[in-house]
Amino acid sequence: MEEIKTNGLQEKDEISEDMQLLNDVTKNEYKWGFITDIESDTAPKGLNEEIVRFISLKKGEPEWMTEWRLKAFRHWQTMEEPKWPNVKYPKIDFQDIIYYSAPKKKPQLDSLDEVDPELLKTFEKLGIPLEEQKILSGVAVDAVFDSVSVATTFKETLKEKGVIFSSVSEALKDHPELVKKYLGSVVPYTDNYYAALNAAVFSDGSFVYIPKGVRCPMELSTYFRINNEETGQFERTLIIAEEGSYVSYLEGCTAPIRDTNQLHAAVVELVILENAEIKYSTVQNWYPGNSEGKGGIYNFVTKRAACRGNHSKVSWTQVETGSAVTWKYPSCILQGDYSVGEFYSVAVTNNYQQADTGTKMIHLGKNTSSTIISKGISAGKSNNSYRGLVKVGKKADNARNFTQCDSMLMGDKCGAHTFPYIEIENDTAKVEHEATTSKVGEDQIFYLNQRGISTEDAVNMIVNGFCKEVFNELPMEFAVEAQKLLAISLESSVG
Amino acid sequence: MLVIKNLKANVEGKEILKGINLEIKAGEVHAIMGPNGSGKSTLANVLAGHGGYEVTDGEIYFEGKELVELAPEDRAREGIFLAFQYPIEIPGISNATFLKTALNEVRKYNGKPEATPKEFMELLREKSGVLGMDPQFISRSVNVGFSGGEKKRNEILQMLMLQPKLALLDETDSGLDIDALKIVSSGVNVFKNNDNAVLLVTHYQRLLDYIVPDYVHVLSKGRIIKSGGKELALELEEKGYDWIKNDELIEENV
Ligand SMILES: Nc1ncnc2c1ncn2[C@@H]1O[C@H](COP(=O)(O)OP(=O)(O)OP(=O)(O)O)[C@@H](O)[C@H]1O
Ligand SMILES: [Mg+2]
Repeated sequence: MEEIKTNGLQEKDEISEDMQLLNDVTKNEYKWGFITDIESDTAPKGLNEEIVRFISLKKGEPEWMTEWRLKAFRHWQTMEEPKWPNVKYPKIDFQDIIYYSAPKKKPQLDSLDEVDPELLKTFEKLGIPLEEQKILSGVAVDAVFDSVSVATTFKETLKEKGVIFSSVSEALKDHPELVKKYLGSVVPYTDNYYAALNAAVFSDGSFVYIPKGVRCPMELSTYFRINNEETGQFERTLIIAEEGSYVSYLEGCTAPIRDTNQLHAAVVELVILENAEIKYSTVQNWYPGNSEGKGGIYNFVTKRAACRGNHSKVSWTQVETGSAVTWKYPSCILQGDYSVGEFYSVAVTNNYQQADTGTKMIHLGKNTSSTIISKGISAGKSNNSYRGLVKVGKKADNARNFTQCDSMLMGDKCGAHTFPYIEIENDTAKVEHEATTSKVGEDQIFYLNQRGISTEDAVNMIVNGFCKEVFNELPMEFAVEAQKLLAISLESSVG
Repeated sequence: MLVIKNLKANVEGKEILKGINLEIKAGEVHAIMGPNGSGKSTLANVLAGHGGYEVTDGEIYFEGKELVELAPEDRAREGIFLAFQYPIEIPGISNATFLKTALNEVRKYNGKPEATPKEFMELLREKSGVLGMDPQFISRSVNVGFSGGEKKRNEILQMLMLQPKLALLDETDSGLDIDALKIVSSGVNVFKNNDNAVLLVTHYQRLLDYIVPDYVHVLSKGRIIKSGGKELALELEEKGYDWIKNDELIEENV
């Protein structure tokens, strides 16, 4: 990785008010007479074709990629922001966003003493080992530790199996044919407003390729890949599981992620061929805003899996505790006969958070089956909506779906909503839907108190019990961390 | 062990307990009887520290310690146990996790080491044996799908596991079949010794054949209107509550 110089504009920002004024003028001028400076590390605010080209050029992408981005951009311009989700937020000014800045290394710190004590407290609650805490917060680690680190050993093993695990940018250089074949094949840029935007400007993301018949020997975690860099605002992930292969992929990190970018619009595409399986687990913990509802990330994600081969399988498992506004529907296109789609979700909202999340199960092949288990927990003044579609196509004989949507309310100022949509064009389909709403009752808490368990622990127990079916789907270590995370995000919401 | 002086308590602004006086010593069994709605469960809940009940007057001492300001979990850790009239269901939490957490909380508070998994399992096997419980129940969620009688049995199991100093049993006998009543009673008798005490709330003299009380109190409209020995329960069974109420009126008029 190259050294990156701070750009001139940013330094000026700190100097004086006069300079600030000058700065503003300069910025304004850019609006009208913009000339791309390819040497610059940061694009000016706003979005136009030139910016899209600039991004592509900066990343050294092949011509076809640039063209693809441009087509996406042109399409995006013809689209309108979706209004249907059950969330409210101020209008986003898409011309007020910087769409490219060179990957920054987190500032290097000399010791944990320099790290935000709030962050350290959370690390401690999560039980993250000291050395890992250092890596996560950008403290310089011992070179010895680094070279024997899990990440290094990990890469070697993958190489032996022929598994490709890299950034999309690297993959574009090393395996352009694979990227070209699959990128946008599951989520085309025409799909929706944010998917189009992402295609035009995506910064980077993960690329995974599991060769035929290979069972990936370890869980792949983004944590090992993006270690030192800030997560991009517009991430793009592409995972391909060839025939008979298997991979379990973990996205996110349970450590709190402080990110100054307000808008996040990621795209994830999964391609699953015959007899292959992908298990995709997410723990999303972005800044939810403060207790008065100020700040926080807008998280508008498009995630989709295409089960293309017969007997292919995908499981989405997600634990969503972060972001001010979440808009997210990991979907499964069950194309192959006997393909299986699963969605297990825990979405927690507290304070003023809003989540509109769920899934789409599109049954196209014969004997396809899907399971949806959604657990929504609302606390504070938050709003939590489940939105799900089960669609059974004409040719999808004997399709099966089971949906269970449970909502839990903590206090009486929050809301839980369920929007299930069912579209069936084949009468051999069997679709079941169950829904419950419960309240964390004073009586449940008192029962546990009466056995010597504190209110905080009682709430955690009740909530964990409620989410159990979903936690059971997470890899062991992740599940333990997810439980702790839930405890942290619901802290002080009862009692 | 427990001293209650002139205890008054409100629920949602309405006075339910109107001046209770009661003393329970170690080694004793007290029974409280009384009509529906007289405040028996309220008294048990107030002693256990339920937040929905407001103590407006009076004092409660447990082992010399003032209770009113103590959090419910600390009362439990000090050794007060309430077997609920209506045990609560907690989906997704196994009895094993629940019991182990509770046991260790109580132990920690009292400066004892936590139970090892082996110790825990041995203790559990012993105690559930006393109550003739199917060991399978341990992996099921707390009270979820339990029959009424099984829930009551589960309350007594928790009592045996936690070994409290004072056990408040709120209508533990209701909903039990005759065999279960015998088993649960024998569980209570196994628990009982000279260092602990039991306060049981019941409507039926039948239970008192198995668990013999030292004292019987009649609670009516938030007051203890009569106390006596175990023969009082027989008298109540025969005559109902009206005769005492009349007595009381006469006494008041004198
Ligand atoms: N949470 C509550 N909200 C409103 N009223 C309550 C509440 N709890 C108790 N009460 C009232 O207090 C009074 C005493 O109730 P309590 O449950 O203590 O009676 P009890 O003697 O245990 O009766 P039972 O024999 O039927 O169990 C009743 O009138 C009841 O309706
Ligand atoms: Mg009662």
